[in-house]
Amino acid sequence: MIKSIKTWILIGFASLLLVACGQGGGGAGSKKSKTLDNTKKAGFVKCGVSQGLPGFSNADEAGNWSGIDVDVCRAVAAAVLGDADKVKYTPLSAKERFTALTSGEIDVLARNTTWTLSRDADIGLTFVGVNFYDGQGFMVRKNSGINSVNDFRNGISACTNTGTTTELNMRDFFNSKNISYEPIAFEKADEVVAAYDAGRCDTYTTDKSGLAAQRTKMSNPDEHKVLPETISKEPLGPVVRQGDAVWEDIVRWSLNTMIEAEEYGVNSSNASSLKDSENPAIKRLVGSEGELGAAFGLDNDWSLRIIEQVGNYGESYKKHIADTGILPNRGPNQLWTKGGILYVPPAR
Amino acid sequence: MNLKKLNIENKKIRNLIPQALTVLALLSVIIYFATNAQINMGNRGISFGFGFLNQEASFDITFSMIEYDGSHSYGRAFLVGLLNTILVSVIGIFFATILGVIVGISRLSDNYLIAKVAEWYVEIFRNIPLILQIFFWYFAALRALPLPENGISFNDISFLTIKGWYVPKFIWTNFNIFLLSIIAALIAIYFLNSYATKQREQFGKQIPTTIISLATLILIPLFTFLFLGVSLSFEYPVLKQLSPTVFTYAGGVSIIPELIALALALSMYTATFIAENVRAGILGVGKGQKEAAASIGLNKNQILKLVVMPQALRIIIPPTTNQYLNLTKNSSLAAAIAYPDIVLVFAGTALMQTGRAIEIISITMLTYLTLSISISIFMNWYNKKMAIKEK
Repeated sequence: MIKSIKTWILIGFASLLLVACGQGGGGAGSKKSKTLDNTKKAGFVKCGVSQGLPGFSNADEAGNWSGIDVDVCRAVAAAVLGDADKVKYTPLSAKERFTALTSGEIDVLARNTTWTLSRDADIGLTFVGVNFYDGQGFMVRKNSGINSVNDFRNGISACTNTGTTTELNMRDFFNSKNISYEPIAFEKADEVVAAYDAGRCDTYTTDKSGLAAQRTKMSNPDEHKVLPETISKEPLGPVVRQGDAVWEDIVRWSLNTMIEAEEYGVNSSNASSLKDSENPAIKRLVGSEGELGAAFGLDNDWSLRIIEQVGNYGESYKKHIADTGILPNRGPNQLWTKGGILYVPPAR
Repeated sequence: MNLKKLNIENKKIRNLIPQALTVLALLSVIIYFATNAQINMGNRGISFGFGFLNQEASFDITFSMIEYDGSHSYGRAFLVGLLNTILVSVIGIFFATILGVIVGISRLSDNYLIAKVAEWYVEIFRNIPLILQIFFWYFAALRALPLPENGISFNDISFLTIKGWYVPKFIWTNFNIFLLSIIAALIAIYFLNSYATKQREQFGKQIPTTIISLATLILIPLFTFLFLGVSLSFEYPVLKQLSPTVFTYAGGVSIIPELIALALALSMYTATFIAENVRAGILGVGKGQKEAAASIGLNKNQILKLVVMPQALRIIIPPTTNQYLNLTKNSSLAAAIAYPDIVLVFAGTALMQTGRAIEIISITMLTYLTLSISISIFMNWYNKKMAIKEK
């Protein structure tokens, strides 16, 4: 009996100690990056992706992820760990994604996420850039005789994903047109597709790239078409937790490097041969001039590794979005020098 | 002497210390998590508070029992979700109970076919995960339903289609009077029943209460129609063309397929467990009870109603309470098929739009807790009422 009292007292002290430690821990991020240290220690980048959106983040039968969002994760892994394959992917629903990021389950969220004020400012997140300029559109059946959003009538039923900006835009749109509609919001994209395909709803609304990608999953893709109108701005980009400025910079500049590389014609096959280029901007990109990596505690070849292992933005787009038939035309996702709006600050 | 006293004190302390330390340890853990969450939220610039409940929700909901659109607040959206959860739970409990009792009694039937069908039903439906059954009723059954233009018509006043079950809308005048007459009828029936019980106990006189009750329930409300200006008209659903091939129904009330699928899956699944409870309850009543009842001249219905069921109910109620609680909690699977319950609307959309995970999940958990405890309290009251009264 005496012995058991001792045990209990020990447990009591241990728990008190635990409380004391708990309050000491979890301090604010200092100049050094805790996320970078943890990532190096773990040996992989913890990246949150979608549950399967062709072109953006989609796993094949063997479980290998690919897509332009996945390439952001790969770029960060190449820069930080030297190997683009050292990524641990966590598939997340729209609902789970931000909590997974703020709770530290993942360190980068690359999941076709729209950059909005409230998300950026209110819930402890920081958007680091835009890797795809999208806009919300509508898909309908070809035989419906609906050729434009102006053909929508009162009583139309619209399927979409819950927990997305889509749900809000849809309301703004139908309200502005004074059309009464039936909103049906599912948690997972696959169920939205199944319900729309079955005829539960007359139109399916989400980002246009998403519509194009999901159309390939329909039982008969040729029966459906995407209406020409775009009803919202959807700048999609990678997100990090607030409070680790160094990590934020690493992710931002990993993405910027890919876009800048395309701008200067540096790609995965010619990058290493451009070390002695005449152009200082190219030399900085491939690491033969300047000490840019040191600014966030990386070596000088970080950007070269991104370009060699992942490729530049144009290569990534072509491989995942254009060649898969999702959106062959780059539209706004073209470099500013070629009529698009991709414009990143200079890496210098 | 002194030593003995100390020993007694020791024993008291011995009993007290572990309990006190357990409470202390538990409190420490809670405080640890709370402070940790607070510090981490503070570091990431996340504020904590419930002010968001008054903000405009700005998203719409398919199906609501109260007036709601996106211009209402998150608090209102919470209420819509809560009412939808309660609605599907009540419908589910109602049908699960009826189906469960029928299947439970059928399993004990002398008729081989009926007993076997009931047995197969129970074995199949209780052994398939509920979420799969919900998907089955929603996606498999949904695909089998026709598009609105070919809707299955019931006498041209009601249509079953893939977009929902369109039924006529009731348009009442003086609904209040009608409601009062129903309440009056119910009170009359209550007094009739207690009078009948007294008559039976004191004089052994049998009054046919069922028929009289039914007549009361029909005649009193009918009276209000004839003399008190209550009237009811119907608004029928009418096929409406939205585009060359897109149709819907205007007017009437649409019972959305998400609700039908969810209620169907929940009641079919839970009914199997209730059926087993009912079977256990009936088998738990001694054979001698039935024989004794028969020997004093009660007929078969009276034996079931007066002797077997009152005793069986004592065995049936407690486990069935669990099933009601399960059904209510299982209704949270609604989110998978877009039925706008509290989880989809509040812990889903509202959580996403506000990002207030801790606040919203706490509110949602507290709501389910309250719902479940209310059901528990009611069923415990009913159980006590049904228990053997020691005289």
